[in-house]
Amino acid sequence: MATLHFELVAPERVLYSGAVDAVMLPGTEGDMTVLPGHAPVMTALKTGFIVVTDHRDHGTRVLVRGGFADINAAEVTVLAERALASAELTPQSIDQEILTVEMQRDASHEQSFKDAADATIAQLREARAALQY
Amino acid sequence: MPSLKDLRNRIASVKATQKITKAMQMVAAAKLRRAQSAAEAARPYAERMAQVLGNLAAGVVVGPETPRLLSGTGSDRRHLLVVCTAERGLCGAFNSSIARLAREHVNRLVGEGKDVRIICVGKKGLDILRRQFADRIIDFVDLRGARQIGFEHADDIAQRILQRFEAGEFDVATLFYSRFKSVISQIPTAHQIIPAQIGRNGAAAGSETAYDYEPGESEILESLLPRNLAVQIFRALLENAASEQGARMSAMDNATRNAGDMIRKQTTLYNRTRQAQITKELIEIISGAEAL
Repeated sequence: MATLHFELVAPERVLYSGAVDAVMLPGTEGDMTVLPGHAPVMTALKTGFIVVTDHRDHGTRVLVRGGFADINAAEVTVLAERALASAELTPQSIDQEILTVEMQRDASHEQSFKDAADATIAQLREARAALQY
Repeated sequence: MPSLKDLRNRIASVKATQKITKAMQMVAAAKLRRAQSAAEAARPYAERMAQVLGNLAAGVVVGPETPRLLSGTGSDRRHLLVVCTAERGLCGAFNSSIARLAREHVNRLVGEGKDVRIICVGKKGLDILRRQFADRIIDFVDLRGARQIGFEHADDIAQRILQRFEAGEFDVATLFYSRFKSVISQIPTAHQIIPAQIGRNGAAAGSETAYDYEPGESEILESLLPRNLAVQIFRALLENAASEQGARMSAMDNATRNAGDMIRKQTTLYNRTRQAQITKELIEIISGAEAL
């Protein structure tokens, strides 16, 4: 079966690099699953889980907060603004993220930024709830 | 002629200094390794970002619609210099060489009748530039509290710059930092960040395929450009951190060697003086005995 080369890069480090069967991405226009042979797409990401399916593991989850995905037939590259790998994913670490965003929201005076931060917080809360399963 | 006691004190104090410089060199070497690996780990992101941005920008026709971060404000009268230096001294010419490059830049721009403003990142650069350009410095970013430079620091600086750009305070922004070439060689570099300089030719190879954009192309470009600014600053900060440790390491290595030379010289002088004194005493005893 054909595979995709998936790369997840955060500003500080490379979080994932390797061949995968499928990747689910939280696009701003809705979640999407990318399989090998996908049409080239460039999409912005919202806060949510990236779910990686490779032959070893089924459904490795990574939480990303904003970023971009560059998709073509053979590879997917995600440039995440902020990313938490599955090992770091705990309700506490998400709470920490929520707190950071809340502080940024309170420090800002721009309404558009506040709205964006509110949306992010809502998505993080959702992610926190989803983590229980 | 210094007395023997003076010489002994002097040797002891140089030895104490040598111990300090030696320790600093070792600490710098350890920190350098960490800074270097951090800089390397950040490289893929910056490269990917440049590639994606190049792809996007290749398809953009410059018009009134293009974001001003890419096309500029149409004027280049007001300049903003972002000068990144270290928080600590004792690292050779590291801080002063960045400051010198910035100063040359300011003088040239002022000579051309441009308006220049400065943002300092790092205390040392502020100290140096404040003497000459106190009225031009509009902001100062302190990174002393940061043990390891994270992306959020760079993002914070980028936000400050963007706010000023959106308020129309300047037209062109240039970033000053030291590029890490090797432990003994760091190159002070000026890099224009606004309007963004994008390698359009490098993107040509991959841009054959037509991309779909979600949401629109311009929305993506609009949110990517500020991010790119933060990435550039982040890279500059990391390069700077590695350069600083490299410069400190070689400066401290020099200092340790100098101290060693000085100890050797002083010890020779000490031994000679001691020998001379003994000889003198012997002569006194002998000539005293002969006189009897």
